Amino acid sequence: MTALAALLARDLRLAVRVGGGALIGIVFFTLVVTLVPFAAGPNLPLLARLGPAILWLGALLASLLALDRLLAMDHEDGTLDLILTARVPLELAVAAKALAHWLTTGLPLVIVAPLLGVLLNLEPKATGTIALTLLAGTPALTFIGLIGAALTVALRRGGLLLTILVLPLTVPVLIFGVAASNAAIAGPVPFGTPFTILCALTLISIVIGPLAAAIALRQGLE
Amino acid sequence: MIRLVGSDLSCVRGGRQVFSRVGFTVCAGEALLVTGPNGAGKSSLLRLVAGLLQPQHGRLELEGGDLELTMAEQAHYLGHQDALKPSLSVGENLGFWTALLGGQRAKSDDALALVGLGGLAHLPAIYLSAGQRRRLAIARLIAVERPIWLLDEPTSVLDSAAQAMLADLIRAHLSGRGVALVASHGPIGVNGAKQLRLGRQADQGTESP
Repeated sequence: MTALAALLARDLRLAVRVGGGALIGIVFFTLVVTLVPFAAGPNLPLLARLGPAILWLGALLASLLALDRLLAMDHEDGTLDLILTARVPLELAVAAKALAHWLTTGLPLVIVAPLLGVLLNLEPKATGTIALTLLAGTPALTFIGLIGAALTVALRRGGLLLTILVLPLTVPVLIFGVAASNAAIAGPVPFGTPFTILCALTLISIVIGPLAAAIALRQGLE
Repeated sequence: MIRLVGSDLSCVRGGRQVFSRVGFTVCAGEALLVTGPNGAGKSSLLRLVAGLLQPQHGRLELEGGDLELTMAEQAHYLGHQDALKPSLSVGENLGFWTALLGGQRAKSDDALALVGLGGLAHLPAIYLSAGQRRRLAIARLIAVERPIWLLDEPTSVLDSAAQAMLADLIRAHLSGRGVALVASHGPIGVNGAKQLRLGRQADQGTESP
């Protein structure tokens, strides 16, 4: 357990140090969301109707942007070799890394989403709901992304390939995230139905992501 | 008493046969010096033992080790990359390795002093020179006790004082009944090390004085 805690603590510390990139996601998310009102024009009802979709798209793209930092840097400098000789299962080690990654890139998106909701003419209740769906859904983005990060870890600058690999897998999360937000704001579907599926997607990806990533890393040992 | 035995090992990387039918035996207290021209598979052999590569053929066995652990979990692998994070301080880097690899926190300060980085614990690792980076990587061998040392050209960037220090550390490790596999182009300053020459005529390990 000490080893996993050390891994988690180190990744959190690295993310907030110089060059750690914890803020890049937030800045990107903010840029995407602030540009939409300029592009769509000052049509307040339209912005409110598109709000959940825009916030979710921004969060999805910001999560993807940060994914190539998840494993690639540890592979480049040899830390991954050390993790493989540590006395912890590789599955748990990559899960700890994914958790640290979500805490530093996913959770900040959830926190700034209500502030950005103001720019999209969303009611406080609506932004709260969207933040809740992001809280439930962004871990799925990170843990699905973990698989792609493990598959592309040996490729230098494999960021774009990683995005293309991961993007289709995240579509269900996007669909049910936006569906749950819309259900709470406009109805007529009860909020619980899509939200439960969103939570299920997250739980499934938390189980499958580390297992698949560990298999991919072991296969990639060459 | 531990004994590390590799028999009939073959390794293929990128579709190329790096070496084949390589065998060696290292007993507790012994060092194996792996030599050979560039591309002969010295690093690959060490990575095989560290579990970072799978042999295409052959067996690797550790007799007398901890049965609960895999061979890789009882080995220190010191590769070409130092696994340092430039934005963390020297002490934080070593502290992380120590916790990750299952060592005791208290020993890491001694380890830093031993490799000559005692006063630099708070310095971010980005300011270290190549030799200092390698010294820091060596410190984790001391901070965490593991019976198998796999050192891949450990002396390549070290000055003569640090090379002597490393030789002392290897001797101390061997006298504590550990084993060491060292890939190197030159002597490592350990008397009585066995030698395994990889290359075109790779064959059984032979003793050398």
